[in-house]
Amino acid sequence: MTTTAPTPAAAAAPAAGPWRLARAELRRRASVKISLAVVVLFLLMAAAAPLLSALCGWSPEEFDKSAVDPYLGGQPVGPFGGISAEHWLGVEPVTGRDLFARLVHGARVSLLIALAATAIVVVAGTAAGIAAGYFGGRTDALLSRLMDLTMSFPSLIFMIAMMSVARDVNRILLMTAVIGLFGWPGVARVVRGQTLSLKHREYVDAARVGGSGPWRILTRAVLPGVAGPVIACTTLLVPGMIATEAALSYLGVGVRPPTPSWGQMIAESVAFYDTDPLYFAVPSTCLFLTVLAFTLLGDALRDVLDPRSGRA
Amino acid sequence: MILYIGRRLLAAAGVLLAIAAVTFTIFYVLPSDPAAAACGKSCSTERLEAIRAHMGLDRPLWQQFTDFVTGIFTGRTLGSGRYAVHCSFPCLGYSYENSEAVWDLLTDRMPVSASLALGAAALWLLLGLAAGVTAALRKDTLTDRALMVGAVAAASLPVYFTSMMLIHGVVRLTGLLPYPQYVPFGEDPAHWASNLLLPWTALALLYAAMYARQSRGSMIEAMAEPYVRTARAKGLPRRTVVVKHGLRTGMTPVLTLFGMDLGGLLAGAVITESLFGLPGVGRLFYGALTTGDQPVVLGVTLLSAAFIVVANLAVDLLYAVADPRVRY
Repeated sequence: MTTTAPTPAAAAAPAAGPWRLARAELRRRASVKISLAVVVLFLLMAAAAPLLSALCGWSPEEFDKSAVDPYLGGQPVGPFGGISAEHWLGVEPVTGRDLFARLVHGARVSLLIALAATAIVVVAGTAAGIAAGYFGGRTDALLSRLMDLTMSFPSLIFMIAMMSVARDVNRILLMTAVIGLFGWPGVARVVRGQTLSLKHREYVDAARVGGSGPWRILTRAVLPGVAGPVIACTTLLVPGMIATEAALSYLGVGVRPPTPSWGQMIAESVAFYDTDPLYFAVPSTCLFLTVLAFTLLGDALRDVLDPRSGRA
Repeated sequence: MILYIGRRLLAAAGVLLAIAAVTFTIFYVLPSDPAAAACGKSCSTERLEAIRAHMGLDRPLWQQFTDFVTGIFTGRTLGSGRYAVHCSFPCLGYSYENSEAVWDLLTDRMPVSASLALGAAALWLLLGLAAGVTAALRKDTLTDRALMVGAVAAASLPVYFTSMMLIHGVVRLTGLLPYPQYVPFGEDPAHWASNLLLPWTALALLYAAMYARQSRGSMIEAMAEPYVRTARAKGLPRRTVVVKHGLRTGMTPVLTLFGMDLGGLLAGAVITESLFGLPGVGRLFYGALTTGDQPVVLGVTLLSAAFIVVANLAVDLLYAVADPRVRY
């Protein structure tokens, strides 16, 4: 894993034919347009979080005691969780922190962890899968055993255990690493299978006879062939990663307050469910929409790029 | 076949040993001060002393590890003299917060978790397979579309959301069902079920959606097999073809999924149990997380790993029965 990591995107350049067909097919679907729009919207929101919170005038960790009523147990002042021109989505009970600011910064943390963990999983999984499939023999046996072993771990529980032991480390980095650690075998299996079927295609044999070294064959001949399934599989991985991050933060072993993340916001809002339902609804809805959008997008990509697997 | 079973058992034992090694690493090697990590958030000096004596941190790592592993199989006495505590088979650790062996804590909570997991599993299998098979048999019709859109949406709903909605909608607004409180099955089966119905639904909804998607895919694949065409051509009734030829092979991927999910849920329904306040293993785990009761966290980790390994083993062996094409 010390060598440069092969990325599926690099494969998109040479063969325009199948990729253009795939794009045209995707463009036909309404669900793709909508889910892509939702994904882009949330990604932009996450990327522009500092800008957006500056625009609404509140930082995510800033208390606003005037927005909560101390005589009502810290309930937000005003209807619907304290929605006003000042606080666009209302405020957190007790502290009066601005919900919109926390939501966009939470999106940043949640999506950053989910996407970074996905990147780790895809790079590691692709590398392991290609190596296992192409080299076969002992490499394959070793890597396949390792995949089986990793897959038989109850990942969420192990992640929780690891996160709860680590005390003074960068939570975001650790969480990304821990989530990535348990995710790679899924991708590796898909890539391994695909590589096995590509290994003895004529064009790969031709490259071999032509004197290409293994590195060149892997990156130029095999990698473009596995790119389609990997892209589809990657998109379907993201919702799981987002849900995992949310679960870890919800359980209090993920991102620590005052840093917001969606899971952690949901965890804090459950206690106020009766008195301030909007506080609970806002991060839950965002979590739902993001997961849904990535799933729909992944389904469509899989249908188009990897027609043999899954839904026939 | 016997050879195969033997090989699988050996592999399962290997996996369990590896899991024990990882757990040991998390517990004994990773923290800068393992004893302090095990001590929890409300740690007294006296308790810390006892833990230091119990863990035997001055001894070489491999010896600590063999003690840890033999403890699981035979039980062990932690510490000596004034600090000695006997932790009987299977020793998954000792909770200093509760002054009780982790295994005893777990066995107290196990019936709750098992009730939750098994009931939810029955529900999601029923819902998921019904939806998936119906969608597969009516591929590309409106029914199929509607079922699959519903499944994607249900799978995307966060479990917190469904749980809170169920509690609020069913318990508070209509009062049809009680707020879940665990009643042992042996005491009153009717109350046991009515109290668990909401948590079952919350869990089952999430899994049913995944199972519907999975079983639709594999059912479509199975129905396209040549032997299904043959069966149809022979003039067998549609029901027989679907059930005997389609379902039987179409369900093998679902079976794999089911083994892992059920195994994971037995000790892993942390969020659902804590949202509904059910005193199961997950709730114990959540409590241990908030108090920093590391031995319990690790005990649950080991136990749930063991469940998954056993469930996978069972599934692999069931394969031979379910899918006549599987040969060893």
